[in-house]
Amino acid sequence: MSSETIVAPEDAARRVLENSDAAATEVLVSQEKGSLTRFANSEIHQNVTTEAVFLRVRVVEDSRVGVASTNQLDDDSLREAVARARGVARAQEAQADLPPMPGPAEVASTPLVASTAGSTPEARAEMVRVMCAEADAAGVRGFGAVSAATTDYVMANSTGLMVSTARCVATAKMVAMAADGASGYGARCSQAVDDLDARSIAAEATDRAVRYRDPMTLDAGAYPVVFEEEAIGELLEYLAYIGFGALAVEEGRTFTRPGERVSGPAINIWDDGLDPAGLPMSFDFEGVPRRRVDLVREGMAVGVVHDLATAARAGVESTGHGLPAPNAYGPMAMNLFLGGGSAATTEELCAGIERGIWVTRLWYVNVVDPTHSVLTGMTRDGTFLIENGRVTRPVKNMRFTQSIMDAFATCSDATRDTKLVSGTDYDFIAAYRVPAMRMDAFNFTSATR
Amino acid sequence: MWRPKNGRGRAARERQKERKEIAIRELALRAIDGARSAGAAYADARWVETRRQELSVKQGRVDGLEEDSTAGLGVRVLVDGAWGFAASSDLSGESAERAARAAVEIARASARVHRVPVDLGPAAASRGRYRGQCEVDPFEVSIEDKLELLLQAEGALQREADIRVSTASTECTHWKKVFVSTEGADIEQEAWETGAGIECVAVRDAEMEKRSFPNSFGRQVAQGGWEVVRDMGLVESAPGLADEACALLRADQCPSGITTIILDASQVALQVHESCGHPTELDRVYGMEAAYAGTSFMTPDLLGRLRYGSDLVTIVADATVPGALGTFGWDDEGVPAQRVKLVDRGLFTGYLTSRETATQLAPGTASMGSMRADGWGRIPLIRMTNINLEPGTSSLDEMIGTTDDGIFLTTNRSWSIDDRRLNFQFGTELAYEVKGGKLGRMLRNANYAGITPEFWNSCDAIGDADEWRMWGLINCGKGQPGQTMRVGHGASPARFRNVQVGIR
Repeated sequence: MSSETIVAPEDAARRVLENSDAAATEVLVSQEKGSLTRFANSEIHQNVTTEAVFLRVRVVEDSRVGVASTNQLDDDSLREAVARARGVARAQEAQADLPPMPGPAEVASTPLVASTAGSTPEARAEMVRVMCAEADAAGVRGFGAVSAATTDYVMANSTGLMVSTARCVATAKMVAMAADGASGYGARCSQAVDDLDARSIAAEATDRAVRYRDPMTLDAGAYPVVFEEEAIGELLEYLAYIGFGALAVEEGRTFTRPGERVSGPAINIWDDGLDPAGLPMSFDFEGVPRRRVDLVREGMAVGVVHDLATAARAGVESTGHGLPAPNAYGPMAMNLFLGGGSAATTEELCAGIERGIWVTRLWYVNVVDPTHSVLTGMTRDGTFLIENGRVTRPVKNMRFTQSIMDAFATCSDATRDTKLVSGTDYDFIAAYRVPAMRMDAFNFTSATR
Repeated sequence: MWRPKNGRGRAARERQKERKEIAIRELALRAIDGARSAGAAYADARWVETRRQELSVKQGRVDGLEEDSTAGLGVRVLVDGAWGFAASSDLSGESAERAARAAVEIARASARVHRVPVDLGPAAASRGRYRGQCEVDPFEVSIEDKLELLLQAEGALQREADIRVSTASTECTHWKKVFVSTEGADIEQEAWETGAGIECVAVRDAEMEKRSFPNSFGRQVAQGGWEVVRDMGLVESAPGLADEACALLRADQCPSGITTIILDASQVALQVHESCGHPTELDRVYGMEAAYAGTSFMTPDLLGRLRYGSDLVTIVADATVPGALGTFGWDDEGVPAQRVKLVDRGLFTGYLTSRETATQLAPGTASMGSMRADGWGRIPLIRMTNINLEPGTSSLDEMIGTTDDGIFLTTNRSWSIDDRRLNFQFGTELAYEVKGGKLGRMLRNANYAGITPEFWNSCDAIGDADEWRMWGLINCGKGQPGQTMRVGHGASPARFRNVQVGIR
């Protein structure tokens, strides 16, 4: 489909602002084209593309807020959205400490990446063919997805703000699996779909699956571990979900306590929505330019991310981490970076480990205790035993129940290079650039069958 | 400037509604005609319109109040035995045809890496209408009345200084669908979904405890109107809930060990969801979710042979239960709603299927109808409908009364299960020790873990029909790109022996 048929987001935002009678009006418009080619048993079984626009209007009248949204941009639909927003605003009490909408801002607009914006079903099918051929040649099968998505965002308000940017994300992910269920994983994420090397992703997944033969069962207990980047990225995603935001700190429901030691000296975590090494987006969903925020420096909690509301209460400026209104979660760190170490390769991290566990990927991570950063979850698609500094044999997947900041405190090295990890495809816009990491003690509580 | 708006009297609105329904059907038919002309052997078009209102209050003030409305058309086609799908929020006729052509182009690309042509089995050519039950249209209840209820309930949570956060929320959704296919299906459906919940968080000395009502995940939702919320008892339940959250801060840690556990009905519902609902999805069994949601230990060679649970355990998929979130007239492939046993007196007997997977299991087999899509922009996937643990003959009081040593756990707090749905670990907000047939001290940070069939085989008591109720789960994730589905689970309390608890 051609995206020319959809109304320009700026035009829709202007029409709302020009015609809204509310005292203050804010508009968020997103226009997305997302395509995903999915394969299983070495053949394409699902293949989709969706074009969608979305317009959310927030009005403020007499310190009362109303929000409404629509995905139809004709005049009747826009008028109705504004009327609904005003209607819900009128039904409320005034909010005394409502922060004002931000004024005009200068932000750098991220351009569309041509290969991602122009991704075709034929090109994605060819990537899948290459990936499946690699698996088939090794006697296993390919399962996974190739995706390419572009989204144009416009934030505008009646105080003169009008900012826009594009965001591109492409992913290629593959599980190689043998008939007996032995599996391995490989994945890449980039702004540009032509950065994704299908063959090397498939080779990684296939190599792990082929090596995953006759897995042994390990006893529960604390082990030294080497976590690959995909596993570290998933842990960081959950840390962002429960911590790092000012509202979570205000409400006492996070492990983060600024000014206190929360992990070990090897741990540096920051959020930077402007760094092109991540998936940059120059402003947040309140129209505030994003800033880099140091969150953990050498194991000390040094900062939190803010939106307009938490910043106003704290007497500081927003760091540009607001989510779309209405937002019960508070500000969210969505462009996280974890500093690397000195190892040239992930294999190098195994040095010195007498008996430990190599973890490729995690699955179904969930929060057990947010105030102590305790998570549980399973290993998946490539769990191996490390003996005397070398990866020796596969082990059955294991469940962990562990304070992640405590485990990070035992980090004794990490890879120098980092990798961009995206937990989902294009349907969630957070990304994490992380190294592989060695931790000296990680608590596994059971093994699966 | 806005264009002048149309007349909005009642008669005008009715006429406009009729015109819109005709126009939508024509749009969908135009899409499947376009797909057929472009070379599709099969095509379906699904128009979905959703209106949702959400209100939440926190700390005595409105925290969020929004109304969302979306509509769009998705076109699914088979070309050379392979699938393609395209969707757009642009509801013009030209866009519908463009989506159809794009779906065909995508299917042709799929066919380049495709070996076995999709077999849909028996045709699904139903024609009809479904309308979910709704006593009081929730959109006709004023925002002021809703906020008054929420503020009253939330205010009743604010009883002690340790209550750091208190919230109350409600939502209502109205969805409408039109489904047509080249096989002759022509279906219109609509339903209302309404729900509410309250939560409080108590904090002291860097420790945090949370209590939720009626269940966790924000709220309990059911198919129906405002009567669902009106009869929920939010205000009456709030003071006790807040007291429990504060008491938990001073409670003992759940001990570690192997013991008997008794689960409240809402936790049984989640246990059914994760350890029976997901592993009986036949697309998982065939590897279609292997790279993301995972596979399943419940493989076809075990059908009719696997002793999944004890004789007390019968689990059904039932899309016909009035008022449940997984209830409909036809699924998103046009297959009629059905009731199917997944586990019959402990024996694994059935799957959740699509048309494609049903024929893979046995050629010529019709689907049991569990394909659902998260809106117009996503393809249908095999999703749970209402996956229900059939009632037993016991009661919560009887289970406690006949337990010498154990733990009673209530209201989910955390959940995790491996990619084959075998190794699980669940935590709950609240637990009590059970000693000598009576509830004892309150316990915090309670959790339990197990292996699915061993766990269900250890079930020795299930609450009867009086304690059975339908729970609504609103956050079931699956698929790439991600889809969130709303499903129902009928359950009553149940008891399990020799379970690991207190995992740390």
